[in-house]
Amino acid sequence: MTSEKPQAGPARRSTTRVVGWCMTAVLGMFAFGFALVPLYEVFCEITGINGKTGGRYEVTEVSEVDVNRTVEVQFLAQNGPDMPWVFKPEVRSIKVHPGESVTINYVAENPTSEPMVGQAVPSLSPSEGTLYFHKTECFCFNQQPLEAGERTEMPLVFIVDRELPEHITKLTLSYTLYDQGKPVTVSAGQSKNTTTNENG
Amino acid sequence: MSAVADTHAQEHHHGPAKGISRWLLTTNHKDIGTMYLVFSFAMFLLGGTMAMVIRAELFQPGLQIVNPEFFNQMTTMHGLIMVFGAVMPAFVGLANWMLPLMIGAPDMALPRMNNWSFWLLPCAFLILVSTLFMEGGAPNFGWTFYAPLSTTYGPPSTTFFIFAVHIMGISSIMGAINVIATILNLRAPGMTLMKMPLFVWTWLITAFLLIAVMPVLAGVVTMMLMDINFGTSFFDASGGGDPVLFQHVFWFFGHPEVYIMILPAFGAVSHIIPAFSRKPLFGYASMVYAVGAIALLSFVVWAHHMFTVGIPIAGQLFFMYATMLIAVPTGVKVFNWVATMFRGALSFEAPMLFAVAFVILFTIGGFSGLMLAIAPADFQYHDTYFVVAHFHYVLVPGAIFGIFASAYFWLPKWTGHMYDETLAKTHFWLSFVGMNLAFFPMHFLGLAGMPRRIPDYALQFADFNMVSSVGAFMFGATQLLFLLIVVKCVRGGKKASAKPWDGAEGLEWTVPSPAPYHTFATPPEVK
Repeated sequence: MTSEKPQAGPARRSTTRVVGWCMTAVLGMFAFGFALVPLYEVFCEITGINGKTGGRYEVTEVSEVDVNRTVEVQFLAQNGPDMPWVFKPEVRSIKVHPGESVTINYVAENPTSEPMVGQAVPSLSPSEGTLYFHKTECFCFNQQPLEAGERTEMPLVFIVDRELPEHITKLTLSYTLYDQGKPVTVSAGQSKNTTTNENG
Repeated sequence: MSAVADTHAQEHHHGPAKGISRWLLTTNHKDIGTMYLVFSFAMFLLGGTMAMVIRAELFQPGLQIVNPEFFNQMTTMHGLIMVFGAVMPAFVGLANWMLPLMIGAPDMALPRMNNWSFWLLPCAFLILVSTLFMEGGAPNFGWTFYAPLSTTYGPPSTTFFIFAVHIMGISSIMGAINVIATILNLRAPGMTLMKMPLFVWTWLITAFLLIAVMPVLAGVVTMMLMDINFGTSFFDASGGGDPVLFQHVFWFFGHPEVYIMILPAFGAVSHIIPAFSRKPLFGYASMVYAVGAIALLSFVVWAHHMFTVGIPIAGQLFFMYATMLIAVPTGVKVFNWVATMFRGALSFEAPMLFAVAFVILFTIGGFSGLMLAIAPADFQYHDTYFVVAHFHYVLVPGAIFGIFASAYFWLPKWTGHMYDETLAKTHFWLSFVGMNLAFFPMHFLGLAGMPRRIPDYALQFADFNMVSSVGAFMFGATQLLFLLIVVKCVRGGKKASAKPWDGAEGLEWTVPSPAPYHTFATPPEVK
């Protein structure tokens, strides 16, 4: 069975060292795999490449409206898996000037006989425009509870940045509405099951 | 259990134990190498059988033999079994057998871990294959198991699949650590790094790749596990995750993985071509650096698998050029092999036939890879049979032919007998014709727009698919001939001398054939 060599003293010690280094590398790479998750988040936040629009935008100074330029903004709505709500934008598309603050509404209706909670997740295309699309108010910042049969208008206030690259003339904003289950009763302590502001 | 008794047993140079315990408990690198090779061949036949089911269904348009759900399970399991069960263990088996013989070591550095890393594999594949018999069926989302197809929409057996991947990952990592420790610590006196045989070099680099990326694979399946069972949202958009992240993490593992499956074959071919050209390898040092360069580049090209998910133009350009850059060191290797053969005294025994076919056909696979690397063109090729043709050209005549070449080259050393050359040449020619018949038409199918992973197709693809299926059946059936050749060779045949190939070089040819159970108890001197 045993195959230890009598004169294996120094060789064994250095084998332990090699194994130690290798195990460190293995654990390091395992951790790196998970570190890719926040790294990817940060990378996408800086570059906007995954089309995830940012969180609430604070208007610091009233920017001038660039009336010479018109950008078309299209609105899409779709339902996540098994989401029974009626969900659509009030307008399919509007023309805006960069710098102007625009309000549009999405409409949601819960046709079921149960109270439900929905969460909308936005995505912007082309992703190059993501950094130049600011939402000062959005229903997607919060979860939306609806009673059975209830219908609501959900506002979205946005500004297209004046810095939007010249070659982009059309932006498409798509929301996917996901079923977040039944509302948690307020008496249970927390009214929301998860914070979803990061979804912005 | 005194040290004295141990030393005493050592002096007797015991042979292998008898019966099943020899195989269960062995720490001998040759026994473990044999087990790896036998296991990988069994998996090759199993994965091959699944390929036959796929090709039988695609023989004609329409649904004839299996339903689409089962077809998807077949493509998925075929991929997983071939990658993790056939190709990788075959190379680990070759490493176990040959590395200690090539560097003049008595055994692997960590013999007990070696036993453990082998025996984990059958367990992993037992779990994986058992999913075929579970309710809801086996994994059906392709071997790349993209989320959310594998998380939100995966069958219940996905958790077993994840567990199996974990176990085979641990096995690979332990194997890789063993290889590194062996190569770094157990080389014979005088064997400097730049005197190491190329198979040793390529395996050292492969082992580093394994250590770098197998943990990332373990990480990504762990994230899947948590998304499926513990309510996290790594890849679920409704919870703030991103499905594209899955593809990034997966291909960060996946691209080095494809080099893990080819680099040891590069090494083996770099032994076989000089042996049958009766010339030393042309450009040894450049071969070593080329392998190193390929390995390093493999970490910065992953997104070329996902051009179509929407990558900014700068990213597409970067990954396109980085990918094309890999053609440079690969080209160096191909030119060196050709230069080795140039004006050599060539003879074409089975190992050489497989090695030459390797060089030619792998180059074809490399060229179709370059076509795929062109980002705008990739939008057309993506997810078509052209991709299937490409990676089968690099894996079948690349990895698999490399393994066959190695097997024929070292079989006399392993068994002490020469294999049947006529049968082996028949095996080669049938494999060569079958393989090209099976995979070459797939290029045309892909360019004409046939998508991959579908059980049915439009009528205009019928003829090429039939040709492809005939080739696949031919290639598949031929592999039974290989089994026959190996069994014949193990049981008897012409006695092999210590060095049956007159042009072969290396320490492994200095020990008798078959290699004794214990070799190089005293390290040889390398000048």
